[in-house]
Amino acid sequence: MTRIERSTSPLSVNPLKASQPVGGTLATLGFRGAVPLLHGAQGCTAFGKVYFVRHFNEPIPLQTTAIDPISAVLGADDNVLGALDTLCSKSAPALITLLTTGLSEAEGTDIERLVRTFRSEHPEHAGTAVVPVNTPDFVGSLGSGYAATVEAIIEHLVPTEGTRPGRAPRRVNLLLSDAVSPGDAEALCELAEAFGLEPVAIPDLGASMDGHLDDDDFSPMTTDGTPLEALGGCGDAAATVVVGASLNRAADRLRERTGVPDYRFDHVMGLNATDRLVMALCTIADRTAPPPRIRRQRRQLQDALLDTHSVLGTTPVGVATEADLLAGLTTLLHDAGAEVTTAVAPERSPVLDALPARRVHIGDLEALEHHGREDGVELILGSGHAAATATRLGVPIVQCGYPIWERVGLHTRPRVGYRGSRDTLFELANTLLEHRELHGDVRPYRSIYRSADIA
Amino acid sequence: MRHQEIAALLDEPGCAHNHGSKSGCARPTPGAAAGGCAFDGAQITLLPVADAAHIVHGPIGCAGSSWDNRGTRSTGPTLWRIGMTTDLSEQDVIMGRGETRLFHAIKQAVDEQAPAAVFVYNTCVPALTGDDLEAVCRSAERRWGTPVVPVDCAGFYGSKNLGNRIAGEAVLRHVIGTREPEPVPAERQPADRRIHDVGLIGEFNIAGEFWNVLPLFDELGLRLLGSLSGDARYRELQTLHRAEANMLVCSKALLNVARSLEERYAIPYFEGSFYGVADTSAALRGFARLLDDPDLHERTEQVIAREEARADAALEPYRERLRGRRALLYTGGVKSWSVVSALQDLGMEVVATGTRKSTEADKARIRELMGEQAQMLDSGAPRTLIDTVRAHDADVLIAGGRNMYTALKARIPFLDINQERPYAYAGYTGMVELARQLCRSIESPIWPQVREPAPWEEQEGRTGP
Repeated sequence: MTRIERSTSPLSVNPLKASQPVGGTLATLGFRGAVPLLHGAQGCTAFGKVYFVRHFNEPIPLQTTAIDPISAVLGADDNVLGALDTLCSKSAPALITLLTTGLSEAEGTDIERLVRTFRSEHPEHAGTAVVPVNTPDFVGSLGSGYAATVEAIIEHLVPTEGTRPGRAPRRVNLLLSDAVSPGDAEALCELAEAFGLEPVAIPDLGASMDGHLDDDDFSPMTTDGTPLEALGGCGDAAATVVVGASLNRAADRLRERTGVPDYRFDHVMGLNATDRLVMALCTIADRTAPPPRIRRQRRQLQDALLDTHSVLGTTPVGVATEADLLAGLTTLLHDAGAEVTTAVAPERSPVLDALPARRVHIGDLEALEHHGREDGVELILGSGHAAATATRLGVPIVQCGYPIWERVGLHTRPRVGYRGSRDTLFELANTLLEHRELHGDVRPYRSIYRSADIA
Repeated sequence: MRHQEIAALLDEPGCAHNHGSKSGCARPTPGAAAGGCAFDGAQITLLPVADAAHIVHGPIGCAGSSWDNRGTRSTGPTLWRIGMTTDLSEQDVIMGRGETRLFHAIKQAVDEQAPAAVFVYNTCVPALTGDDLEAVCRSAERRWGTPVVPVDCAGFYGSKNLGNRIAGEAVLRHVIGTREPEPVPAERQPADRRIHDVGLIGEFNIAGEFWNVLPLFDELGLRLLGSLSGDARYRELQTLHRAEANMLVCSKALLNVARSLEERYAIPYFEGSFYGVADTSAALRGFARLLDDPDLHERTEQVIAREEARADAALEPYRERLRGRRALLYTGGVKSWSVVSALQDLGMEVVATGTRKSTEADKARIRELMGEQAQMLDSGAPRTLIDTVRAHDADVLIAGGRNMYTALKARIPFLDINQERPYAYAGYTGMVELARQLCRSIESPIWPQVREPAPWEEQEGRTGP
């Protein structure tokens, strides 16, 4: 069992944690025609919007119930009902997620009741699904907010009747956690398709946040993602593939409601994890072996392990991300021979117990910096916020996770499966090589007797 | 270069090859040859001279695929890393414009880079068409006022080893003895002891590895007058005739330089290596012995005792991990035994060692270290290496970079020991690095991943390749 240390410091310095409403927003962005609605003061939404606009370089639909001083004290129920009515009247989205914040939760809001009230008062908006989710920011982090939102969407929108597991024998549900980037989601869909399967990603950030140019010039909601109709057909699928330990509860819900068997993976990075996924896909697709292209990709990953092991091997690395991504990256590094000396997650999660890291800290980027210095890390993996940490430690960084503001397109880079793992290993090794080229291993030494006029 | 000159270079009285049965310097077998040519050997010998311009005179084949290919490092100038070639075209060859082109090439290098000197390497095509390298260099030197050293090292003259000697000969003829060294600055001259001027021949500062050792030289009061050619400067090479003692490092290739300096200037030399704890200590003792200074001798022993204790402590955790591991060593010359003792010191067993470039003396040392039954490999053919690893159930193949992918494709752990390697293995601290890299390779978790069959292959009852 990995040693897990929780910070007891009263001050979080350079936070690693993003809030649950931000995570709920991210999950919502993976559904087609969706708008997340944050029940809180305007700032929650404004900051959340900028957070994702800068990360994805995309317009982000995100609305607010705009709690003001009066509604903060006297109750903000009307803000919710008004906001829902306005959103539905203006743009009739397919889905609104009503996400609470610390403020509305502290007020004691009852969003389930509010949605029922809205339904009875506004039958004309029946075409819009409204899913309430409790995502106070004084609990959890981006990962748990994301998972709670996926769970709530399943609970509200996946029917318990009218479907039969395996009725659509090629269909497979891909239940994807916050660790799965748009590029990862796309790669996982392609992998399933290579087996002749018909994947439906839930949510599908690979369709909505992949950075594609639409014909329409403006949309107040997401233009792509998992269509809600697809949720209706979840129960007909042959199987569900779950990626990310944080979605265990959501996966339980889906299985309870549909009876569709599932295959669960904490992550799908590295050879061993991908092997397990590929074998599951073989079983689902009723094949004895994967298609030749996938078998080839496996051999390519093996070769990449050989080509990078002398660079990555024994290199002390610091990684700071949400728990599910941390599990994947740490395993990938560990399997290549690197040593994750310093792993930092924003919150406790069961997946951290088995992390192949020397120490796991629950804390902030200051913990990464402090312990990273102590452990002599030579490479950092973390968000754009951790770039400054890396600079102060004098080591290079590979940016991953949320948010990445100062680089473009990194969210489209797949890091899962044989191919994504291979490319990530190369990226990690090249980053180290480039750094070592500039800052060689041996410190240059100039003899004290060398003549001063010799350069 | 005339045939007699080549023959003279090959006749090296200081070399054990000259007597008895030869094992190195053999003629290559067309179709089954490995290793570089004379140009290759000459270039790698001199390229570390950091403040010189290195111009390869010939069509693009020679420089095009070899420039910026050395792992040597410099404390200062980076001019040596700039690739320069006359890039002779078909028209240059047909019209006999090679010499003119070279003359102007030298001018451009001098104008643009202000080098301390220019080394011009001859290659096969201009050698065949008969460009007069010496004459061009002489007139360019006179015209542009910068030393221009011709290195007549066309590839077809012979092996890489011959190229090493040709480069050494060029330095002997054109560089060494053309300038007197500055006196040791007064503030660096301690009252209680003598500072000795020494030289290194055949040390190339790969990956900066000599910086692991140089501080000990300073501490002992050994002023490194010049090195042929790790982190060297042209001005320093010029003064090498004033060294009080030379060390010929890890290489028979530049024996001609060490021997000639002894003959011409009465500078004694010894052969040694900085690989491994025992060899590094022996090297330091070698200087103390030749310099005949009792005080130096005493201080050397103190430094050795201190450094060995330090290295011993640092190596202890690695010995635990490497004890009983089996290595196949395939490398050239002195390294064929100096690395053996280094590995044995780590508790490893060397199951076989390559001797393609080793002399009879080298082989005698190998037998001394590994016993009479020591398996020596005369061929570095990929199949031989892989089969030998398998036959001995070796844990790691230690060889030059060109064998790296032979090993890796065969799923065999590998350690790069030759000049392209990125890690510094010289000296006491280098030994710790070597142990670290060995562990890194042997203990890597990738081996089961690349060796075991894919899960669907297991299911089908097949085994992996």
